[in-house]
Amino acid sequence: MSVNPTGTLVQRIGERFKTALQESSDFRGDLSVVIEPGTLVDVARYLKVEEGFDYLLHATAVDWPARDPRFTAVWEVRSLANKTRIRLKTTAAMPDPHVPSLTSVWPAANWHERETWDLFGITFDGHPDLRRILMPPSWEGFPLRKDYVSFGEPVIFSDQKLEGLEPDAIRG
Amino acid sequence: MVKTDIAQEPIGPEHEPEAEWMELNMGPHHPSTHGVLRVRLKLDGEIVRDADADIGYLHTGFEKSFEDKTYTQGITFSDRMDYLAPPINNVGFVSAVEKLIGVEVPPRAQAIRVIMMELARVSSHELWLGTTGLDLGVYSGFFYAWRDRDLALDLNEAYSGVRMMTSFTRVGGVAWDLPDGWLDQLQRFIDVMPSRIDDFESMLTDNPIWHQRLEGVGVISAADAIEAGVTGPVLRASGVNYDVRKAFPYCGYEQYDFEVPVGTNGDCYDRYRMRVAEMRQSLRILQQAVDNLPGGPWLTSDRKVALPPRSELSKSMEAVIHQFRLVSEGFKGPVGDVYAFVESPRGELGFYLVSDGTNKPYRMKVRPPSFCNLQALKRLVQGVLVADVIAIMGSLDFILGDCDR
Repeated sequence: MSVNPTGTLVQRIGERFKTALQESSDFRGDLSVVIEPGTLVDVARYLKVEEGFDYLLHATAVDWPARDPRFTAVWEVRSLANKTRIRLKTTAAMPDPHVPSLTSVWPAANWHERETWDLFGITFDGHPDLRRILMPPSWEGFPLRKDYVSFGEPVIFSDQKLEGLEPDAIRG
Repeated sequence: MVKTDIAQEPIGPEHEPEAEWMELNMGPHHPSTHGVLRVRLKLDGEIVRDADADIGYLHTGFEKSFEDKTYTQGITFSDRMDYLAPPINNVGFVSAVEKLIGVEVPPRAQAIRVIMMELARVSSHELWLGTTGLDLGVYSGFFYAWRDRDLALDLNEAYSGVRMMTSFTRVGGVAWDLPDGWLDQLQRFIDVMPSRIDDFESMLTDNPIWHQRLEGVGVISAADAIEAGVTGPVLRASGVNYDVRKAFPYCGYEQYDFEVPVGTNGDCYDRYRMRVAEMRQSLRILQQAVDNLPGGPWLTSDRKVALPPRSELSKSMEAVIHQFRLVSEGFKGPVGDVYAFVESPRGELGFYLVSDGTNKPYRMKVRPPSFCNLQALKRLVQGVLVADVIAIMGSLDFILGDCDR
């Protein structure tokens, strides 16, 4: 895999957007930045227009039940011309996780964000067509959340209570 | 013509008002969907005004299942997603794990991976040729394609014991060395395939009906293709020279001499040409891989991720401990997230792996090329005739198992 010119790009984002850049990391040559949700669309537009990140690879989320905010939404974009890649992250908190949609910047994010909403229950503000895509429209719960049991029906005894578990999310 | 917004369509006496558009369900069991896909078409007479692809019929929750299995167990999930190119999925999955952990893969293992991947590419494109031809009325081609594809599946079987779900990779290499006589069998495949592809081309490439069905149909410009996020032959047919094997070489692809075919028109006919040309290039790579196959081990000697050879088990206590640990609980990865990607016959197949330091992926997101290409269907079919929808869907070459996971 190629090496990203990491320092400079992160510095440019940092200089331009100051505190919106909450964190950055370069793990195994993969550059990631955590952006404050309110500025995310501006950062994305800057990356697309001025840094040439024209191609959206995927968008998804990661569920960290023990953390607050609980969800990390992830977009990964590439510049086809410069052969560089950057991962944009932002966070969303329970009980009603919201992040901005990047479909206005990269239209290809449409289905990826729909899928993320479908499987994680994260609302993408400004998404033109946010509805279930992989699961049936009548499905309840969000399967890729960590408290969604993957095999079989969960057994909860009358004197037990599973931490942070919404009753609707328990579907085997 | 690609029309992105229905609202821009002229409304006049020749155009019926939107209320009178007919909604037509194509699928979920339509033969041309090659899987289970439902497309809701909005028709103005025979002209398609809008399309909504309803996917998810083959959703099996692989991404969730990955979270419950160790890294080695996860390999068997990977090839069940894109079931027409399982070796490429295997390599994509383990390369994400290898990137996370930082494992070196021996040259022989890399060459075996390249051989298996290029075989998969040829067999996948063969199947595509056959089924797309079938959709458009070239019935005989299907039987030829199936016959030729079987040669590649025979090789899969001779190597891994399984015709499709090879699961042949391991983190740090491959599971087995090539069996005796396998390279001769592969050589026969490499020798016979060019003439078989010539046969196909003589049947289709200059066939006037094939031209009429595909030329100028489903056109997408380079800028639109990038914006729509399409990948693989669909992206290259529009003139974007992007192939992971060239742009970000993995498994030693930089050592092989091959070309990436790039189209100019971005129509269905160019996508057909891309795939035929790619088959020829794959055969070139296969020949070079056979000629220069390195010797040596096919699995890393790093005992933290790879099983020790059985011969060591009777002599070394340490080997027994490693064997026990690896089989019972697997190995752990560092905390972090990586994205690894390979070029599948359908485009860039990516694996975004998040690790929390345990022996299982905390999150495994697959970036399926079929999903990305199918998303562009809405753009491509607006303003075309219903019959062309079949040609366009065929030219996108999506596999619903890959798309829905």
